[in-house]
Amino acid sequence: MKAANLDNQNKTLLRKLVVVALVMFAFGYAMVPLYKKICEVTGVYDLIKPDEIVNTQIDKSRTVVMEFDANTRSQVGWELVPVEVRMNVHPGELVHATFRLTNPTDTIFDAQAIPSYGPQHAAQYVKKLECFCFTQQKINAHETRDFSVVFVIDPSLPIDVGTVTLSYTMFEIEGTRSTVDSTVEVGFRAFKS
Amino acid sequence: MEAAHDHNHDHHEPTGIMRYVTTTNHKDIGSMYLWFSFMMFLVGGVMALVIRAELFQPGLQVVEPEFFNQMTTLHGLIMVFGAIMPAFVGFANWQIPMMIGAPDMAFPRMNNWSFWLLPPAGILLMGSLLAPGGAGGVGWTMYAPLTIQQGMGMDMMIFAIHILGMSSIMGSINIITTILNMRAPGMTMMKMPLFVWTWLITAYLLVASMPVLAGAVTMTLTDRHFGTHFFNAAGGGDPVLYQHIFWFFGHPEVYIIAIPAFGVISEVIPTFSRKPLFGYASMVYATGSIAILSFLVWAHHMYTVGMPVEAQLYYMFATMLIAIPTGVKVFNWVATMWKGSMSFETPMLFAQGFLFLFTIGGFTGIVLAVTPIDIQLHDTYYVVAHFHYVMVAGALFAAFAGVYYWLPKWIGKMYDERLGKIHFWLSLTFFNVTFFVQHFLGLAGMPRRIPDYALQFADWNMVSSIGAFGFGLSQVFFLYVLLKAIRSGEKAPEMPWEGATTLEWTHLPTPAPYHSFETPPDLRS
Amino acid sequence: MKVSFGVRVLSMLSALTPGLAFAEWNLNFTPASTLLGAEIQAVHDLVMWIIVVISIVVFGAMFWSILKHRKSVGHKAANFHENTTIEIIWTVIPIVILVAMAFPATRLLLATRDSSASDITIKATGYQWRWGYEYLDEGVKFYSTLATPRSQIDGVTEKTSTYLLEVDNPVVVPVGKKIRILTTANDVIHSWAVPGLAVKQDAIPGFIRDIAFKAETVGTYRGQCSELCGKEHGFMPIVVEVVSEEDYQSWIQAKLTVAGAPSFDPNKSYSVTELVAAGEQVYNANCVACHQAGGVGMPPTFPAIKGGKIATGSIQGHLDIILNGSAKNPMMAAWGPILSDMDLAAVIAYQRNGINSTGDFLQPADIAAARSE
Repeated sequence: MKAANLDNQNKTLLRKLVVVALVMFAFGYAMVPLYKKICEVTGVYDLIKPDEIVNTQIDKSRTVVMEFDANTRSQVGWELVPVEVRMNVHPGELVHATFRLTNPTDTIFDAQAIPSYGPQHAAQYVKKLECFCFTQQKINAHETRDFSVVFVIDPSLPIDVGTVTLSYTMFEIEGTRSTVDSTVEVGFRAFKS
Repeated sequence: MEAAHDHNHDHHEPTGIMRYVTTTNHKDIGSMYLWFSFMMFLVGGVMALVIRAELFQPGLQVVEPEFFNQMTTLHGLIMVFGAIMPAFVGFANWQIPMMIGAPDMAFPRMNNWSFWLLPPAGILLMGSLLAPGGAGGVGWTMYAPLTIQQGMGMDMMIFAIHILGMSSIMGSINIITTILNMRAPGMTMMKMPLFVWTWLITAYLLVASMPVLAGAVTMTLTDRHFGTHFFNAAGGGDPVLYQHIFWFFGHPEVYIIAIPAFGVISEVIPTFSRKPLFGYASMVYATGSIAILSFLVWAHHMYTVGMPVEAQLYYMFATMLIAIPTGVKVFNWVATMWKGSMSFETPMLFAQGFLFLFTIGGFTGIVLAVTPIDIQLHDTYYVVAHFHYVMVAGALFAAFAGVYYWLPKWIGKMYDERLGKIHFWLSLTFFNVTFFVQHFLGLAGMPRRIPDYALQFADWNMVSSIGAFGFGLSQVFFLYVLLKAIRSGEKAPEMPWEGATTLEWTHLPTPAPYHSFETPPDLRS
Repeated sequence: MKVSFGVRVLSMLSALTPGLAFAEWNLNFTPASTLLGAEIQAVHDLVMWIIVVISIVVFGAMFWSILKHRKSVGHKAANFHENTTIEIIWTVIPIVILVAMAFPATRLLLATRDSSASDITIKATGYQWRWGYEYLDEGVKFYSTLATPRSQIDGVTEKTSTYLLEVDNPVVVPVGKKIRILTTANDVIHSWAVPGLAVKQDAIPGFIRDIAFKAETVGTYRGQCSELCGKEHGFMPIVVEVVSEEDYQSWIQAKLTVAGAPSFDPNKSYSVTELVAAGEQVYNANCVACHQAGGVGMPPTFPAIKGGKIATGSIQGHLDIILNGSAKNPMMAAWGPILSDMDLAAVIAYQRNGINSTGDFLQPADIAAARSE
């Protein structure tokens, strides 16, 4: 074997393997949109757009227990709570639920709600037509506001599912805070290093 | 890059420390890898002993919980990335060129870089302990968002992982190129020793999986400092995503550690059975299928995050499937021994220890494959016991077997057979005292990574801690055995092992000369 | 399993060690109180028996060969190294065994997916480092914190049988009812696990997950957080008390009464001695893990209270950091949502007048005013 020839072969292989390594690095990042896509397809991640309703036949013979839950991620003392905790609904029926946000403080901020479902696979069957989670919400000081979500339980919900929980976690958006009374300075700490 | 045999003309080669800093010789680099990994092994071992000392009794006696978490984290990272992986790269450096009849590695200068990246990474890892707030106390898996809360030590660990990953990828590229391009005439792929095959497959696994880990820790870094929200629900991310990316690397990583160990064992068992390896081709195919399967089962590490039952079923079946090629390997090793003419020098003892204990680790793997059982045992000491059976009794015992087996070839001197055997029996006994009882702790529900525990776990923890200190001391004894062999070992005979058949034994003198196979042997017959 | 001689010697030794007085030498699962848990354990035992049989065959061949086919007994090496038939056989047999195992495993897995309507839903929220519970229908809300005193952990006082597995407010559920647990977390990932009920579910910040159980027997079930969540990960246990339906109803009523009427008078002016005494309790339950006894802290992550800038500086700043957490140090949580006005006033009084001596303190009414600011 000629030395120069071998040298070339080695270099070619080196280049190929470096490309493989770079592609795999990119693949790591590609898993981010991929994961999001999978979550969208399965309905777990449906932040921004209303669902399309395919079947609007109301199934009166079946009753599903809808539970509502809310979590607040903020340090300033505003709170989101479901107005109704539990409802009996028929699949296919238009359901209207209300969540109440109370902000007893002087703080003004933007907030985003992230929906989440229990059991997880129920996500794709909760078809939301209207939801306060589709947009960021501007919250005023000393404000109490009712947010609504309108949805339909898809009648194709697996028959073994008896209870579905729709839960929102509402986050204050970083860097949107201001106060009416500027003498009070409050730091935001969640997820900030 | 200069061609492999350009540096024949060694009349200008530096001596002393500079010889090692500038060396491009695969044997020097192999030795440095092995010594480095052994030092890291001792450091990681001391950290394990800090953990076991704290867990000797209920209550907090030795360290604070925060430091305890840093110890579990660094013990894991150092053992995986600093000890076991470099040890097998060391074997690869020494053995692959000699086993395929090549003069050196394909890229000798890159080889030097891949080694010299390791010490800075090791220093960064250990130095993170001195950072304000200490090292990251997040576990070697570094789950978000706990990583977001850590101090500067976390960033040092992330950089260390970047460097270690770079080193591994460069080392792997070198190994693949050497194996594919530099074999002696007549050394066809299916004639290569199994150790070379296992390393070829491992190197591909490394090139494919290490960059994914680099991606995961880079995302952690930007989440920490540059306002990205990959793993933060508030910004539209998801903490579970980190786990998917990490384990997409993490599961192949398990095989990156185990497969070269299979290779060493596949050399040692035939030699001391005086009988060729049974089912060579099926061994190669089994290793290949394990490697492919390793990319398809990652989510079995994360059932408790909650996933659809369909996904759980898929991961359960895929995981069970791994038992088949692994079983084939075990059966082939036993069949190699069957009707052989076995003798039990230290390398063979360690190989037998490997075979017995690795199989037990495989069995608990089958238990864990069943999803509902896994959920019960997830994050308990059962899992800790399981992966130590695979990594310590598997990879580490194989590394010991390899060191005792090839030491005469490397240094031209024999180790003390009696001391080697003592090292084996001490390691075997204390390993089981340490880790077998952890199965019971896990079944009883003791979570891992806790610095203090409820009283019903007290008994087995005390046993386990006693075993750990015994195991630690046995490895100090190993250092003594090694130094004794190097300083005053008997001169090794040309062929110390009756049954060895690979090129380094049949075509090279003992000890192997500094430059070997400068003209490749002609193996066409 | 029969207790071996060695185990007996060890247990005799352990009787001499005070910390080991409760040693149990457990060898298998904690018996589960749910049908599903019992089923999981049955499948585990089945798998173990399959493994015992396989290992007898494999290790039998291995040790037979070690004993008989050795050079020292004069065995001559055969030279076979291939046999396609036998290789196919030992590939097919494991496949058959695995398929046979897959049936009970799949049945079990499908049984764990039970989304039928539940009787009670409880939300468990993981905090660093305690659990918060909320009974969705009843509106009962409380925090559940480790009750083991620091002195037991430090070995100053003797450890009791429920060491590290006891909380101030356990979860109470009725027997024979399907309980659904929704898990979520406030900061990092935690995991809600109770081995006796065969449940383990990660709690992920920003999302909910659910898991259900139906306890068949009355009793107390203890578990621990099972996902590394930082420093006090080992110190946030979970205690579930399974009681009769009547006991559950009266417990709920009692909880609702307590929730309605605070145990302190919001408008009363407390003396500094009263506040410091109450504050010491609050401090030992909530602050001592990080800031240490006597407020010496563990700098730099956990700064000292004693002589510290905040606890000796402006009282408004002191209140702000306890109420809202630290902007600079993520390890300092916001205690506003967790502690009552009385607790906050008390702990501030203790830090300023018990640990330090600044002389100033706040009343519960001041805290209430600051909250609505």
